[in-house]
Amino acid sequence: MPAIEVQGLAKTYRVYQKREGLLASIGGLFRREYKQVHAVENIGFSIETGEMVAFLGPNGAGKTTTLKLLSGLIFPTAGEARVFGHVPWKRENIYRRRFSLVMGQKNQLWWDLPAQESFRLHKEIYHIEEGPFRERLDELTNLLEVVDLVGQPVRELSLGERMRMELIAALLHSPDILFLDEPTIGLDVVSQRRVQEFLKQYQASHSITVLLTSHYMKDVEALCKRAIIINEGHIIHDGPLAEVVDRFSHHKIVEFQFASNQIPGDLHRFGQVLETNPPRVKLEVVRNQIPGTLAEVLAHYDVEDVSVHERPLEEVIAEIFTNNRSRENETEGAGLPTEDGRASLSAQS
Amino acid sequence: MWARVRVNWFILRTCIEERLVYRGDFAFATLVRFLPIVTQIFLWGAIYGVHTEAYSAGRKLNSYTYHDMVAYYLLAMLARAFSSMPGLASGIARDVREGTIKKYLTQPIDMLSYLFWHRMAHKLVYYFVATAPFVLVFYLCRSYFPGWPDAFTITAWVISLMLAFLVGFLLESLIGLIAFWYLEVSSLIFIFSMLNYFLSGHMIPLDWLPETITAVIQFLPFKYLAYFPAAIMLDRFDHPELVYELSVGMAWVIVLLVANRIAFSRGARRYGAFGG
Repeated sequence: MPAIEVQGLAKTYRVYQKREGLLASIGGLFRREYKQVHAVENIGFSIETGEMVAFLGPNGAGKTTTLKLLSGLIFPTAGEARVFGHVPWKRENIYRRRFSLVMGQKNQLWWDLPAQESFRLHKEIYHIEEGPFRERLDELTNLLEVVDLVGQPVRELSLGERMRMELIAALLHSPDILFLDEPTIGLDVVSQRRVQEFLKQYQASHSITVLLTSHYMKDVEALCKRAIIINEGHIIHDGPLAEVVDRFSHHKIVEFQFASNQIPGDLHRFGQVLETNPPRVKLEVVRNQIPGTLAEVLAHYDVEDVSVHERPLEEVIAEIFTNNRSRENETEGAGLPTEDGRASLSAQS
Repeated sequence: MWARVRVNWFILRTCIEERLVYRGDFAFATLVRFLPIVTQIFLWGAIYGVHTEAYSAGRKLNSYTYHDMVAYYLLAMLARAFSSMPGLASGIARDVREGTIKKYLTQPIDMLSYLFWHRMAHKLVYYFVATAPFVLVFYLCRSYFPGWPDAFTITAWVISLMLAFLVGFLLESLIGLIAFWYLEVSSLIFIFSMLNYFLSGHMIPLDWLPETITAVIQFLPFKYLAYFPAAIMLDRFDHPELVYELSVGMAWVIVLLVANRIAFSRGARRYGAFGG
């Protein structure tokens, strides 16, 4: 049974449009103009129990709105969603005991008290028995390496330590599903990695369903096999993360190391020369021209080494977001749910 | 049921712990609140002209002697210690505006009862610190009071203080919940606190006002915040009147509770989860 099923989900906000200047501000006292902002438009997807899925998109794409809808924080304008059979925005306690929402930018621990006081309160709110509570707290504090910090006021913790405490608070009641909104935002590389490793380990041992939004592709690459890419309220890709590069990047990077520092001058005919660092050269070559390019260069020049790479995921995603408008026009119909509930890939490939 | 009591107890306990963190600031703020009492007593002294030659102890303004007035003011201050809810409405508005209300909507807790126990903790810690100064002030001013009323009246007074807490909490939270519709409610809170100051009898006893105004104020819940508890101890109500007034006060609690529930459920439905 799928953990999450979403069909035709839409959320539209009415936003006040203020014109520039003092006169317009005075005018705004009497008459206001509003604009309809479609944060999410007719999206559909399905997530199986135990899956860890990345939700990607630029700022304002509709990622957080979707997480808020799925956690029952806001009501949709249209559409349906079921999480373990529950309609999230009914806010039934039975459902609220089954999920956790962690927002990297929002703190839900008691600021002036040690985290252990917040954990105690969570124990009562979620009706966790003393034995299982102690076990879970020991497990989580050990995994996240914060055993010595639970007695320290939250305001005195570093951002990374605080985020680890937030994760503990979110997982104490053993939720079946975890919504993570930018869990590593603002963290240093070491803290980011620690959170990633924890999530990976925890998900593997507890088979929890996780829906993650993040701007850090390192998070996504480390944790998720599947990605849903959303932009301007529409899903533009739903499938294996590995397919994102294949599908959206029409180029690969070919790196040659020549026998001497004399770099051939006509390499640009094979593709864009990205970097020249004699005797090495990096070229961006159209995928289907790679065999021909390799054959020709190897036949005509003295090459010591050659390697072919995919473009970094981060770069490809950034390009998708930048070019989305034109791409959307080319691939009209993309993002519509297919029979299995996932967005169609064929129209865009 | 038991589980719910336990949750509320833990909310209360955790809030008390939180309140006790900044003990210096808290103790100072509590004590400083007593300063206006002294200035107000001097002000009433000037109004009655107690330091002038023309003053006589029996001089009455609207049926209150100077002694009655000081006693009324001190009793009204005591009632305000139960009914005032500093930061409640603005706190709810801030939670809505900044999105921190998320914890009430995504966790299996009821926001209004959470805030109620939070406020209860706030008050308990306040009484813990303020009891001694209150006792001292009442002791020093003991000559201004008419003497202890009968047990029935004292019981009614204790109930009226609880009503003051409940009506104060429910009125203030209702104002805060308006933030679901209008994100910025600070002006509204300001107007409300001004009205509250006047209509509750905090500024002057309500029976000082013209009859046409008191006739209207009688039907409002504000009098339960200061005037009613103070007037009880000044023996201004007979027993049947006390029963009637307390019943009306309880009816107000029910009406305001229902209004809060409706406002919260409609507001939370309308909520757009601002702030990212």
